[in-house]
Amino acid sequence: MSDTVLKTPEHTIPKAFTRAQLDWLPWLEPLGVDALTPRHVASLVDAARVKSPYFRLLARDPDALEARTRTDKDIFYNPDAGLPRAERELAAAATSRFNGCLYCASVHARHAATYSKREDDVQRLLDAGVTAELGERWNAIVAASVALTATPSSFGPEHVERLRRAGLDDLAISDVIHAAAFFNWANRLMLSLGEPATTAG
Amino acid sequence: MPGTDADVIDALVGITPGSPLDAIRARRPEARAHAQATYRALFAPEDLGNVTAQERFAVGTFVAGLHGATAVAAAYAARLADSGVPTALKDAVDAAIKEARTHGPYGSYTPGPLSREDTPGPVYRMEAATRGALGARLAAAFEHTHMLVFHPRDAAPAALQALLEAGWTTTDIVTLSQIVAFLSFQIRVVAGLRTLAGRP
Repeated sequence: MSDTVLKTPEHTIPKAFTRAQLDWLPWLEPLGVDALTPRHVASLVDAARVKSPYFRLLARDPDALEARTRTDKDIFYNPDAGLPRAERELAAAATSRFNGCLYCASVHARHAATYSKREDDVQRLLDAGVTAELGERWNAIVAASVALTATPSSFGPEHVERLRRAGLDDLAISDVIHAAAFFNWANRLMLSLGEPATTAG
Repeated sequence: MPGTDADVIDALVGITPGSPLDAIRARRPEARAHAQATYRALFAPEDLGNVTAQERFAVGTFVAGLHGATAVAAAYAARLADSGVPTALKDAVDAAIKEARTHGPYGSYTPGPLSREDTPGPVYRMEAATRGALGARLAAAFEHTHMLVFHPRDAAPAALQALLEAGWTTTDIVTLSQIVAFLSFQIRVVAGLRTLAGRP
């Protein structure tokens, strides 16, 4: 019976934001690996995602999942100018920190640290939160992401001006907007359909 | 709102061909195309499954209304009206927006060091008259939607149980969650790009 809330296996809930690898345990039944049709598999975009309970749960609405994933990939991976990858990841991590999504924050803080080589600054964002002092350019990106994440949004011309003063052109500012906006999508799915768990070992 | 083929974000931002924002969006062509494809998948899918067009547009209107995104809310409300809902239901959606609006994000963490960041805020319980007009299934969806919009870190299995009991299947809940989460993206892209273009 798939229309029931799942009981998660015994696990350790992370108590702080971390860059460590976390697990994610679904609260609703993902599609079984054996039950996936070719349409479901195509909606995962990356074949390796067949192992992910999160993506197999979202595959219940395959058209929405596939379009979500292709939107995600272009916002974060498109190499054509704009905001450097590290700072797109910073916007994702800051949004996730502000919304309170430990799982999303862990993944994107890890990416931000990897691409920027600024592990201490990324960790300060996780530990102290979105008001952490990270240097003006990163502060401007975090402040813009947070303002856009507030509901209702408090993003205004002053955020655009601050980003311009920090050296971002309009394509880069558009990348900040899209990265933060996308994580308002991702955080809500991750937070509400399951929960993070500290990985064993 | 334009039909399902015209780009919704372009329309809501007011992007015209050849404008600076048109050029910027063209640099991320997959994101532009698939944000629109997501809109189609959620609001004009080939197969609606168990979630009616009226339910989809009612939730869309509610999400945009909760964000105070007037133009976006008006666009979804127009599509809700097009879907042939009775006036009483449209009025109930407006009433729910007025009842439920607040400021987010707030919520609580699992007890521990992060508890010092816990921020209190309301849990939305719909007023009886509004619930009566919307019906139990849509009322449950709206209460869940309010949590997703304003305090998603309070999400818990009990919230999903409430949806199941109101007649939402597991697959319906995935679609409902995508509608709310996608709108949370679309509304922010529209707000951000309008600000970037110097529009109010």
